[in-house]
Amino acid sequence: MGTNKKGKKMILLSRVADCLYWMSRYIERAENVARIVDVNLQLLLDSEDLEDSGMASHWMPIVKSTGDEALFARLYDKPDSGSVTDFLTFNRENPGSILSCIFTARENARQVRDKISTEVWEEVNRLYHFVRGQNIKRIWASGPYEFYKQIKQSSHLLQGLSDATVVRDEGWEFIQVGRYLERADQTTRILDVKYHILLPSPRDVGGARDTLQWMAVLRSCSAFEAYHQIYGADVQPWNVADFLIFSETFPRSISFCLRQLSESLRRISGERHRYFSNEAERLAGKLQADLNYTSTEEIFRRGLHEQLLELQDSLAAVALELFEAYMFFPVVDPSKEEEEQGEK
Amino acid sequence: MREHFCYKKIKYLWQMIFAKKGALPMDWNLLGYPEMFFENYDRGEFFDEMFDAEGSVRPHYRRLYERFRNLSEEDFEQKRQAVDVSFMRQGITFTVYGDEQGTERIFPFDLCPRIIPRSEWEYLEKGLAQRITALNLFLHDVYHDQKILKDKVVPRWVVETASHFRPEFMGSQVPKDIYIHICGTDLIRDDSGQYFVLEDNGRCPSGVSYVLENRLAMKRAFPNFFHQAGVRPVDLYSQDLLSTLRHVSPDGRERPVCAVLTPGVFNSAYFEHCFLAQQMGIEVVEGRDLVVEDDTVYMRTTKGLTRVDVLYRRLDDDFLDPEVFRSDSLLGVPGLVRAVRAGKVTLANSIGTGVADDKVTYRFVPDMIKYYLGEEAIIPNVPTFLASNDKERSHILENLPDLVVKAANEAGGYGMLIGPKSTAAEQEKFARMIVENPRNFIAQPTLSLSRSPTMCEGNFEGRHIDLRPYILYGDKIRIMPGGLTRVALRKGSLVVNSSQGGGSKDTWVLYGDE
Repeated sequence: MGTNKKGKKMILLSRVADCLYWMSRYIERAENVARIVDVNLQLLLDSEDLEDSGMASHWMPIVKSTGDEALFARLYDKPDSGSVTDFLTFNRENPGSILSCIFTARENARQVRDKISTEVWEEVNRLYHFVRGQNIKRIWASGPYEFYKQIKQSSHLLQGLSDATVVRDEGWEFIQVGRYLERADQTTRILDVKYHILLPSPRDVGGARDTLQWMAVLRSCSAFEAYHQIYGADVQPWNVADFLIFSETFPRSISFCLRQLSESLRRISGERHRYFSNEAERLAGKLQADLNYTSTEEIFRRGLHEQLLELQDSLAAVALELFEAYMFFPVVDPSKEEEEQGEK
Repeated sequence: MREHFCYKKIKYLWQMIFAKKGALPMDWNLLGYPEMFFENYDRGEFFDEMFDAEGSVRPHYRRLYERFRNLSEEDFEQKRQAVDVSFMRQGITFTVYGDEQGTERIFPFDLCPRIIPRSEWEYLEKGLAQRITALNLFLHDVYHDQKILKDKVVPRWVVETASHFRPEFMGSQVPKDIYIHICGTDLIRDDSGQYFVLEDNGRCPSGVSYVLENRLAMKRAFPNFFHQAGVRPVDLYSQDLLSTLRHVSPDGRERPVCAVLTPGVFNSAYFEHCFLAQQMGIEVVEGRDLVVEDDTVYMRTTKGLTRVDVLYRRLDDDFLDPEVFRSDSLLGVPGLVRAVRAGKVTLANSIGTGVADDKVTYRFVPDMIKYYLGEEAIIPNVPTFLASNDKERSHILENLPDLVVKAANEAGGYGMLIGPKSTAAEQEKFARMIVENPRNFIAQPTLSLSRSPTMCEGNFEGRHIDLRPYILYGDKIRIMPGGLTRVALRKGSLVVNSSQGGGSKDTWVLYGDE
């Protein structure tokens, strides 16, 4: 428990920590769904005219990579540009859609608006109203790139605003934990989209089409410039994977995210470097070390897709242990009762 | 962008109107329309806050009137929209009930403030202080010796049949004998301008955050005018509230940890709970954030448990503790009442204050004032008939079309019959309910509430208003200058509740009388 100079105890309610964490996670998730959709939109630009069947193989991978094929099949007839982007952007029945993510982020932010700055809250609130006021027809009519760009920009604005206005206390660290955990997970998914697209046509590997696809992946991670500074103009699959997984300096690489995650976790507990005081710290540290001693060759040999899935599982385990370590409150759903309880 | 669009549209419409009349001004922007807002203003047969019976502007409204008459309708509309957008941006909204899309609305806010001159406010302050003092003495008496019942000043049945009376707390001590720490007393004015107390809210009065937000909105809308207007600030409320809470620290513990206990994010006043907590620098807690061990209340933090001393609870008695009250409640904290009884935590307001703001008890407040303080009530009650009294009940039943009938324990304008605006069928229904359960009903004459100019589709029209000042009872009595002015936006309506088409206004208490 921290104490400030005047001796006032600085406490953080478990529920508040949880809300800050989820607010941050969901904003990051919304941003990354926008990125994933963006990869595909970029690829669509470069592809030849696609038949209906081609559309399905073009769009279905991102439904797979975000997780819920069954739900998609229940809600839509067939996968095409309209249905998949609607599913991933506006569909409230899909808990992973951008609108659902932003809604959840806002509900979490609402519960901690006394802990975040007015600026952060107002931007979360604005973003929600902005997305809610749009629909899939409208964004396709006016150009979807602009729309997804705005989602990303708002997420960046939120990071900048919290950087510049939120107190650096324990709550702040939970915001960081949420962000980097989610970002690491999402970077695996963006890489995985490429895997799914690649799969049906192995003859394309190394071809022009393949290069275009890897370039799109880089762009979607905002890694295009950073990659070229290191590797020059040559876009090779193993280099792209190497960069997005191992870069020590690129803020969206998995390694980078894991380092930030571990550091924030240790600042929460006050634990020293290379030590751990709970399972979340231990697993995060172990994952980081494992990755440090893995080579790109090894990853490709063992299968990129399989490696990415393993990473996702490990990250999920960290999240679970985080909850065990810090969130000591019962989860209930008292919504009915709350409305009923009348004030005068 | 949207603001700009609306503004353009309005300008276009105006031009259309002028064009039709064949009098399109060359540059309509430069034209002032002096007194455009008020030239057709009809003060009606009511007490108007701004204009006296001769139609002259009352002295305390003069400065505002001068400011407003120099505004073009366009300026005014721009300011109004800017305020609405700012409420929306801040998320000061409520979700429309039953709307699956989650449509959110702001509470309507009217830019024309309600102004109270100094002398009038001094009168109100005295009356409100007198009233809360008597109510706290009454609550202490009712839960201890019951002298007022033994002396038959308040009939015993009134207390014993009040649904919020908690006999299980007889003899229970509360710190400093304060029961109601925070009170919201609703005031109205009749057609002569006389103030009356309409009801006391001694459980969880809400709305104070709107007072603070409304003031900020007004300052943003009229930045240059505000400092000339001579308005007393309301910003000290949160500090005063925190002092009030600290004053009742259990066992006089120094530097008590205070927290706001909220029902949660789905509650319509959740925004206010967070708002106040933030201003006081204390935590907002839900029931599940708290745990009771050894009759002591703790918050669950990431580093373990932290003791809580004072809870500003915005949760009704019934939901506080499933061990004592509603056993199915998930909102409360098992063991909380034990902790209260053990004197390890203080609740503000205390348990059982509802017996004092019961609508039947209300009738006896002037008697309480006389009994405990030896004074006449400074602000009178509205004459009230009790359906439980045979004579008064026949009077009620015979005069239903002229009376306002209220259920004793309903809030928010529900369970109410406004005689002159009711149908025969509604009157019959209430007559039946009154006969079946007379204890639960009271009736009052229909007062013609005072009106204030309110912007309605481009023109000022008179709309009925009330006033809820907020009274804090701690080491001393502190009353925020002003309070929440609610306005019935529907033409002719007397119901100011936000659930029933009500809005609010900023309330200005002036340093002087002009």
